[in-house]
Amino acid sequence: MSSLPLAVPRRRRRSVRHTLDLRVSPYAYVAPFFLLFCAFGLFPLVYTAWVSLHEWSLLSETQTFIGLDNYSTLLSDGYFWNATFNTLSIGVLSTVPQLLLAIWLAHLLNRRLRFQTLFRVALLLPNVTSVVAVVVIFSQLFGRDFGLINWVLSWFGAGNIDWAAGTATSHLALSVMIMWRWTGYNALIFLAAMQAVPRELYEAATLDGASGFTQLRRITIPMIRPTIVFVVIVSTIGAMQIIAEPLLFGQSSGGGGGIATGGPDRQFQTLALFVYEQGFANSTFDFGYASAASWLMFLAVVIVALVNFLITHRVKGGVI
Amino acid sequence: MRLRYLTLTAVAFFSAFPLYYSVVVASRHNSALAQVPPPLIPGGNFFANVSRVFDTVPFGLALVNSVIVAGSISIAVMFFSTLAGFAFAKLKFRGRNVMLVITVATMMVPAQLGIIPLYMLMVKLEWTGTNYALIVPALVNAFGVFFMTQYLSRALPTELLEAGRVDGCSTWGLFWHVVLPAARPAAAVLGMLTFMSAWNDYFWPLVVLNPDNPTVQVALSTLASGYVNDYVLGLAGTAIGTLPLVAVFALFGRQIIGGIMQGAVKG
Repeated sequence: MSSLPLAVPRRRRRSVRHTLDLRVSPYAYVAPFFLLFCAFGLFPLVYTAWVSLHEWSLLSETQTFIGLDNYSTLLSDGYFWNATFNTLSIGVLSTVPQLLLAIWLAHLLNRRLRFQTLFRVALLLPNVTSVVAVVVIFSQLFGRDFGLINWVLSWFGAGNIDWAAGTATSHLALSVMIMWRWTGYNALIFLAAMQAVPRELYEAATLDGASGFTQLRRITIPMIRPTIVFVVIVSTIGAMQIIAEPLLFGQSSGGGGGIATGGPDRQFQTLALFVYEQGFANSTFDFGYASAASWLMFLAVVIVALVNFLITHRVKGGVI
Repeated sequence: MRLRYLTLTAVAFFSAFPLYYSVVVASRHNSALAQVPPPLIPGGNFFANVSRVFDTVPFGLALVNSVIVAGSISIAVMFFSTLAGFAFAKLKFRGRNVMLVITVATMMVPAQLGIIPLYMLMVKLEWTGTNYALIVPALVNAFGVFFMTQYLSRALPTELLEAGRVDGCSTWGLFWHVVLPAARPAAAVLGMLTFMSAWNDYFWPLVVLNPDNPTVQVALSTLASGYVNDYVLGLAGTAIGTLPLVAVFALFGRQIIGGIMQGAVKG
């Protein structure tokens, strides 16, 4: 750019401001995220650890430091272990079939297909539905006396199952709700990864006479392994934190026994629900105890996620 | 080949059927629930049931609250995520890569872990029972930042920004005149995704709000718990709380799905 001499001083002043703008503004632009995360994400996380070392409730003014007492009480609390068992059981029952189904569905969608968009929209529809709606609807479907599912089962000689009452049946019912809501979502994530796999691989395999299933096993799964690992980890973390489903299922199936217990016998109380019960639904508002349970839950999440990471990381095509 | 269509149609059916069935029940009288076989087509009682919902819980207030909360969260997320995404995708500054990695890593932190101190914080701020408790912590999130970073680094030509600089634009001017218009398609998808998840959020509103001033989801759960045997009422509420969102999704499904697939691949 050519400029008149007159304009020079003005340009210099502007260039100081210009440099400042270049240096500082990027930080200003990313600051809102980091500030909010520190205030409402990181701080509560760290503070939970501090609270967990105290006898700390909403009702009393004073908080006494008691070290690891909350943790040792927890480890001998039968309800805590019951909740741990339920979490793992519901987690496995909902996640394993869900992810296998999702990979298979993605595989079916990953070809030339008419009504492609229609199928995708239909598959994702459950995910748009709120968890409250899902549980209300499914509580009706799983009703003992007049539920549609028992009615269908009665054709096969079964029926009148009180789904919410038993441990196994309630875990199954909850897993169905979770699967219904998330399978399509995960299928789309897998589909996105599958579309990046080079077409030539499939063409060559088809020429060699490999069946669709062999192609899925030998080509697709090895090629999308990073995505599989990612989805497994995210699902695991999600499954370890299940709370809304059992909370609402306890309410709308009329199980009784207090809304946060996960059924009268705590047959479907998850870890997160246990934390909620101790912190908010219990008349003592025992924040210290609930915080300790939160941290043990976090520990469990990390361990389970790590184990799953190691397993999925080692799975190679053809081994599944 | 034919089996593939058959399977996908069956899956699509199972995806849609529970929603359809909830409308069937919501449009009937309570006595229909005790029928064997259960009714499979809608009846004529839908609006009567809906008006019962409004009589039973403050559903109008809940709708207003949900629109305010989800609306302001989505606008803020769109704005702040585009801002941060612009910085991460196109500006040079020290520590950029580290900060981006931290951003992505925060997506892995389970939010529930901090729910107790977060609640205590809200008590201190005297925000419990108000919409601030829902809006302020959600004004920007890692997913949005990451999503816009990915989009802008691909879709926004650096030459365009350089041209703007030559014309004497400040960084803010670039953001306002070049980045925002270019970001519009992705921001719209992000806005819809955010609106949906804010609308559907249940647990945190349940903890921090009180039943007199609920969001739609909290009102629905009151409806489902207080009237155990009145499934019709619960499902009528569910239908009016859910169907608007389903309608939006049916209209913009293609874009929303594209957004989800785009944002999640590299997560």
